Amino acid sequence: MEGAAEVSGVLGILERLDRRWVFLAMALAVAGPILVMGLTRKTLPETPTDASRAVFRAVQSLPQGSTVLLAFDFDPGSAGELEPMGVNMARHCALRGHKMVFISLWPLGGQMIDQTIEKVIRADFPQLQDGVDFVNLGFQAGNEQVMRVVLTDFKRAFPTTKSGRATADLPILQGVQRIGDFALLASVSAGYPGSKEWVQYVVSASGGKLPMVSGCTGVQTPQLYPYFPGQISGLLGAIKGAAEYESLINAWVMDPANAAEWSGRGAASGAPMVLPPKYLEAQRRMGPQLGAHLLMVVLILLGNLVYFAQRRAQRRVAA
Amino acid sequence: MSEEPRSPAIVVWAIIVLAIAAVVGLRMGFGDGMGRAYAERVEMRATVTSAASPGSERFVEWVEWRSVPPVEFTRAVRDNPAQERVQLSIAHTAGLWIAALLTLAIFSFLYRDNPAYRLAEAIVIGVSAAYWGVIGVWDSLVPKLCGALAHGWTAAHILPNLPSPTVQSQIGMSIALALGVLLLLRLVPAVGGVSVWAMAFIVGITAGAKIVSHVESDLLAQAVATMQPLVQPADGGLWTGATLWASLPNVLVVIGVLCCLTYFFFSVEHKGVIGGASRIGILYLMITFGAAFGFTVMGRVALLSQRVEFLLDDWLWLIDPLERRLLDGVSMIVGTGGVW
Amino acid sequence: MMRIVALAIASIAGLVMLLSPFFPRLESVGAQSSEIFNVIAAIAFILGAGSLVKVNVSRVSRRDAGWGYAFVTLLCFVVTLVIGLGKIGVPPNPQFAATPWAGEKDAAGSAFAWIYEFVLTPITSTMFALLAFYVASAAFRAFRAKNREAMLLLGTAFIVLLGRTFAGVWLTDGLPDWASGLRLENLSMFIMQVFNTAGNRAIIIGIALGVTATSLRILLGIDRSWMGASGGSS
Repeated sequence: MEGAAEVSGVLGILERLDRRWVFLAMALAVAGPILVMGLTRKTLPETPTDASRAVFRAVQSLPQGSTVLLAFDFDPGSAGELEPMGVNMARHCALRGHKMVFISLWPLGGQMIDQTIEKVIRADFPQLQDGVDFVNLGFQAGNEQVMRVVLTDFKRAFPTTKSGRATADLPILQGVQRIGDFALLASVSAGYPGSKEWVQYVVSASGGKLPMVSGCTGVQTPQLYPYFPGQISGLLGAIKGAAEYESLINAWVMDPANAAEWSGRGAASGAPMVLPPKYLEAQRRMGPQLGAHLLMVVLILLGNLVYFAQRRAQRRVAA
Repeated sequence: MSEEPRSPAIVVWAIIVLAIAAVVGLRMGFGDGMGRAYAERVEMRATVTSAASPGSERFVEWVEWRSVPPVEFTRAVRDNPAQERVQLSIAHTAGLWIAALLTLAIFSFLYRDNPAYRLAEAIVIGVSAAYWGVIGVWDSLVPKLCGALAHGWTAAHILPNLPSPTVQSQIGMSIALALGVLLLLRLVPAVGGVSVWAMAFIVGITAGAKIVSHVESDLLAQAVATMQPLVQPADGGLWTGATLWASLPNVLVVIGVLCCLTYFFFSVEHKGVIGGASRIGILYLMITFGAAFGFTVMGRVALLSQRVEFLLDDWLWLIDPLERRLLDGVSMIVGTGGVW
Repeated sequence: MMRIVALAIASIAGLVMLLSPFFPRLESVGAQSSEIFNVIAAIAFILGAGSLVKVNVSRVSRRDAGWGYAFVTLLCFVVTLVIGLGKIGVPPNPQFAATPWAGEKDAAGSAFAWIYEFVLTPITSTMFALLAFYVASAAFRAFRAKNREAMLLLGTAFIVLLGRTFAGVWLTDGLPDWASGLRLENLSMFIMQVFNTAGNRAIIIGIALGVTATSLRILLGIDRSWMGASGGSS
């Protein structure tokens, strides 16, 4: 607090407010909407940005059967933001009939991939075969140097799958010698190493031949904007980006006119298209975002009211 | 964290803690309960062919318990009350409670530093160090180092279809092993000095790789991305509001990059034109930091939401957004008597 | 002598990495060097674990303040290590059922997977979640419009905070089409794509210049600070 002048009244109470009350307000601002949305199962509408639409287009425009490299460079510490992105990227690829090769440069990333495979592929696309339509190559140590190796020899950097199968004779990797042989690089990134390093070490070195899309944390998003749309074709920023991407896929899947375009369970069996609630996770998480952001705005306003009251009190004392 | 709440505040906090405890108690005693995990019994069978006698086959059988949502248990009991396929999992239920208590222990730091928080912190330090070590061994060292230097043993015991290493990779892995041992010698103060050779290799590789990547990606490509046409003609001609509006972003980006770079340029005194440009640069940077703040808030709140969802959904069973219990909100709280 | 060898190793290794993208014959040497680095990086995990054990064993043996927590750290470390390296509770690998150690270390149902799901995940993710509270507290205590620059920062944060949620849509949805650029969601994207891009691009270019200069100094042996006390700068 500046100076000795004290503010009286409500602003004085705010000036001396214990920060635990701010913590409690934040807890309520987040828990309240979660309870309401959890009980009502409603979500807020989303208006996708160009950056999110670009991610959707990048996956959508690939010919069916393309092989996509999905780099899950995150761990449970950032799963709240990034898991919905990973889930929706895998889901979109599976719906479009793309082959998926999952890798991670974060030690706990292999587990995040397993969770995504369990949640999306094994649950909703049981016809897809491990090693043929998708594969989890797990984690490799070395950060950017792994990227340097995959530039020339992909299987050298990832000699086995996470479950211990050699990659040399893996059907899904037939025709993949180097990373440039993939149709798309989709990076889900929590920090270092992540999307920024993929741009620096791989996308630039490929001379723009390997398109890349990124889904990243809120902290990373502003830092990655300079690479979009030149070096990164599409960008999902924080949970909002995930919610926008999720809503784009949902709108596409739920439109009966598009059923022929995707290879999903519903289209194959002619069953009515019902959206499982797990594919509304990112949009549901925008509820607590709204509560918390409004609280932040109120806190900044109140903090500044206290500040200006302090200044006025100081001037009065000085006079 | 030495800030102590005043006595009336302590009473309010005590009431809040008691209210939370009451909610937990009520959830345990009424309705469909809370915090239980279920598992499905799966009989596994694999065929093993002997390499010595290709014709002979034998089977290996085992049982796996796979996590399933509570609704699977409800359905299984409804179909056959005597079924044993889906059961309450003691290990996962205990794990769920431990996870919830650890979550609350970390959150307790918000009130003040306390033994519960410190215990959770000590646990995570030990667990994560070992976890990283184990992953490093099984995912990197075994397939790469052991696979190259002890291929026969590795293939026989761990990775059966690992291809034979080339001489080149065996030489490379021998160097890696030697440098790795030098690195580990840092733990022995008497001979730790030799680890500087391993450090030299790490520093040299990193520095060499960074020069190429940063110049290519962050210097040249970013400069090219800035060199966009300043005038973007729109429909209706060059001197229209639409053209002005379409051209504005590129003009602002070019001005911003140049002014910010001027601000970072400390070899010249920031006076006159340079001073003016650097002041504009500061304004751009302030906007940049404001945007970064907004996105940081967004990121942190998403992480908090996930933990609160865990407590309210997985543990307390107060909400069911993923329809894992297939009950509406009211039934979950007052109960249906079906799940237990 | 040890320092000269170290400088030579750093320079040669760096030079290989620097030149390998430009000479196809050096490509495989560069990849080989990177692969050696990757294995050393994995060994560094063991070094990190070793350092942790060393520090905590000395804290426990000296009965330092909080030695009980150091003991808990050591205990958790040993238990996780034994479970992970011993593949305790890991079911056989269906593809290689005859191979004794072929089971996946963190297969569903294994003890290692249990530690991941019920110990590591809740603690690490909650620790990161704590920051949401401190950001709120900082916003209330320190986010003050003291001058023009601070007001700009504050105003941007407002627009981004509101524009990236439904609040932005709700507040400014009524604006006419010709003023759609002023809708909070559009305004926040304009800020990101123009002002934020320009600011961060300048930072990126500045960092690139700094990294290149520092790396060159290391390769040329001018910067030896990485060697610690025995190194120094020439």
